[in-house]
Amino acid sequence: MSSEQPFLHHHFHSAAQQSASAKLGMWFFLAQELLFFGGLFVAYAFVRFMYPETMLAAHEYLDVNMGAINTAILITSSLTMALGVRAAQIGDQRQLRLQLLATILLACAFLVVKYFEYSHKIHVGLLPGRLFAADGIAGKPQIFFALYFTMTGLHALHVIAGIFVLGWIYVRAGRGEFSPAYYTPVENAGLYWHLVDLIWIFLFPLLYLVR
Amino acid sequence: MSTTDTIENTGATHSHGSHGHGSYLTSSKGLLSWAFTLDHKRIGLMYLCSVVLFFIVAGVLALGVRLELMTPAGDTFSPDTYNKMFTLHGAIMIFLFIIPSIPASLGNIVLPLMLGAKDVAFPRLNLASFHIYVIGACFLLYSLLAGGIDTGWTFYTPYSSESGTAVVSALLGAFILGFSSILTGMNFMVTIHKLRAPGMSWTKMPLIMWSMYGTGLMQILATPVLAITLLLLVLERTYGIGIFTPSLGGDPVLFQHFFWFYSHPAVYIMILPAMGVISELITVHSQKNIFGYKAIAYSSLAIAVISFLVWGHHMFVSGQSEIASAVFSFLTFAVAVPTAIKVFSWVATLYRGSIVLNTPMLYTLAFLALFTIGGLTGLFLGTLATDVHLHDTYFVVAHFHYVMMGGTFIAFLGGLHHWWPKFTGKQYNEALGRFCAVMIFLGFNVTFFSQFMLGSQGMPRRYHAYDKVSADLLPTFEMWHRTSSIGSFILGSALFIVLFYLLHSLFRGKPAAKNPWGGKTLEWQTESPPITHNFATDPVCEHGPYDFDVIEGADDHHGQAADKRG
Repeated sequence: MSSEQPFLHHHFHSAAQQSASAKLGMWFFLAQELLFFGGLFVAYAFVRFMYPETMLAAHEYLDVNMGAINTAILITSSLTMALGVRAAQIGDQRQLRLQLLATILLACAFLVVKYFEYSHKIHVGLLPGRLFAADGIAGKPQIFFALYFTMTGLHALHVIAGIFVLGWIYVRAGRGEFSPAYYTPVENAGLYWHLVDLIWIFLFPLLYLVR
Repeated sequence: MSTTDTIENTGATHSHGSHGHGSYLTSSKGLLSWAFTLDHKRIGLMYLCSVVLFFIVAGVLALGVRLELMTPAGDTFSPDTYNKMFTLHGAIMIFLFIIPSIPASLGNIVLPLMLGAKDVAFPRLNLASFHIYVIGACFLLYSLLAGGIDTGWTFYTPYSSESGTAVVSALLGAFILGFSSILTGMNFMVTIHKLRAPGMSWTKMPLIMWSMYGTGLMQILATPVLAITLLLLVLERTYGIGIFTPSLGGDPVLFQHFFWFYSHPAVYIMILPAMGVISELITVHSQKNIFGYKAIAYSSLAIAVISFLVWGHHMFVSGQSEIASAVFSFLTFAVAVPTAIKVFSWVATLYRGSIVLNTPMLYTLAFLALFTIGGLTGLFLGTLATDVHLHDTYFVVAHFHYVMMGGTFIAFLGGLHHWWPKFTGKQYNEALGRFCAVMIFLGFNVTFFSQFMLGSQGMPRRYHAYDKVSADLLPTFEMWHRTSSIGSFILGSALFIVLFYLLHSLFRGKPAAKNPWGGKTLEWQTESPPITHNFATDPVCEHGPYDFDVIEGADDHHGQAADKRG
């Protein structure tokens, strides 16, 4: 039984049961992620409600262009990811590796843009809490920048984790582990990546496009 | 990373292949075969040893607190030491003992067995959850060694963002432990969904599965909110980000909302598995089908859902709006409905059952009595007007000890005694078991009923010395505090005897039968202790978990099932 399906773990009866379990587990994990960021969104709502003017004034110091570029990058990476899952589904190994590589490169590009944004903020002292060292913004801009760095920082950590996960999937794809009969890991990595993308789609307007 | 995973995985498969039919305790030897095992039973046992160890640490801290309160003056420990003792007692009991106690230790072992599965859905995640638990425990213990923390286990701001004690490591410890809990919950939910034996529909599952499912739901949806809260508090302390501290522009009540959004569901994370254990124990030891299977099952889910809507009842005196308080109060009363459904169903199960007053059953009866008192006094606290009087008094302390210790811990002990023959293949000393169950029940009531008396008279909680609280009430306070302390020493001594005879049974205990209690659930069909693969042939579920009307013995029944499949 297991010699025909080397990917089947000993405690599952069938490949279908294993794949359904893995996918369900992933959805539970994504629910957990949503609640994790949900806490931050509540903190954001609180600050927005307490200090609406500061929020409007401080967000002017974020670079909307860079944010928009990053949004485009991430949405494109979601497309390449979806194409990769499709390739795995139909057994196109070359396409699969290519799309995974494209997704990883786009993720890196996102981080590069983020690096330039962060280093500019650090340079001019637009920093969280006690580290804040810029002037010219009324109210409590250090709270806004605390939120900015916490939210985008945790998101960036998820992007970095995503690069490792996708890299691992890429290596496994290179070893020819995936086939139309077994590609759940690709699918699950894809689900994770789409969530990371989705969270950014909320972060971008909340932080950069406040009106 | 992928390489080690694969090696580890194939290694495990090989060892399963060659030793799959030996006892899981002895199938492979050496420390590493335990530390890196993927076997849910071994992981469960490692959890069991860890939680018991931490229970002893936190229990000794509690005895220290009681020792101080023997006399009204603060003469045994310094105020700082006292604050650190009750904080660590709470933090260790909550994060290192109660939350993982029933699900991660007992549950880990029995859940796949009761479902007729070979393992949990994700064995590697299960091991990771244990390793994360150990890392989190190290952080929490580091704060003990680095001078302790004095914020109380609730870490309320603004004090927690200013206290000079080792708060950050404790926060990170609780943060890390949360992920261990999330992974366990996820794993159990998927296992329940996907790995039930053929023939086991949702309503043929043992009721403990419904509790574990509800618990998993809360672990997944509530714990991440605690994680982000603790992370924000760490940032508050290190960078002064100004979310929670009023002097920096933050709101301490926001912290309370965040904290209780997790920590109230967490209370049900602690009690729901205990309720599941009681459903199993009460049927087996009265040899009677459960009364109201579906009512108990659905009430588990109802408790899980309502648990998310009641957090504000911890904050009636925090300054939240009165309308919010009234709504939270009403919703709190709503939780009493599914809870009462369970208690009534258990009592109805006992009616005309063949009750055997053995150790697990004594714990079950103790649970019913203590949990009912704990639950009903919860309504006093959920009522706005009385809560204002009772808030932050010993009444609250007594209430949650009746629920957490009288409920969860007693059920943990009951479950431990119930499944001990299955886990270890050994029978403990029954006479000592009964004696200790009675002593624990008595000691518990002496300890904590006194605290209801104290609290209703207005004795505030967390006081190091009470000689200056009230001249009129001093003799009353002193009398009840002394009674409570004496009770705690009875309780502590009885628990040490339990530890002693359980360990003794490992070496000198009589070998246990496959099914010593005549249980009908699947875990009793395999050997005691189970083989590494759990079952020699994949079990088929042919009757409900509590069909005590089925005449043939569980062993014969299993034979038939295997024949039919073969």
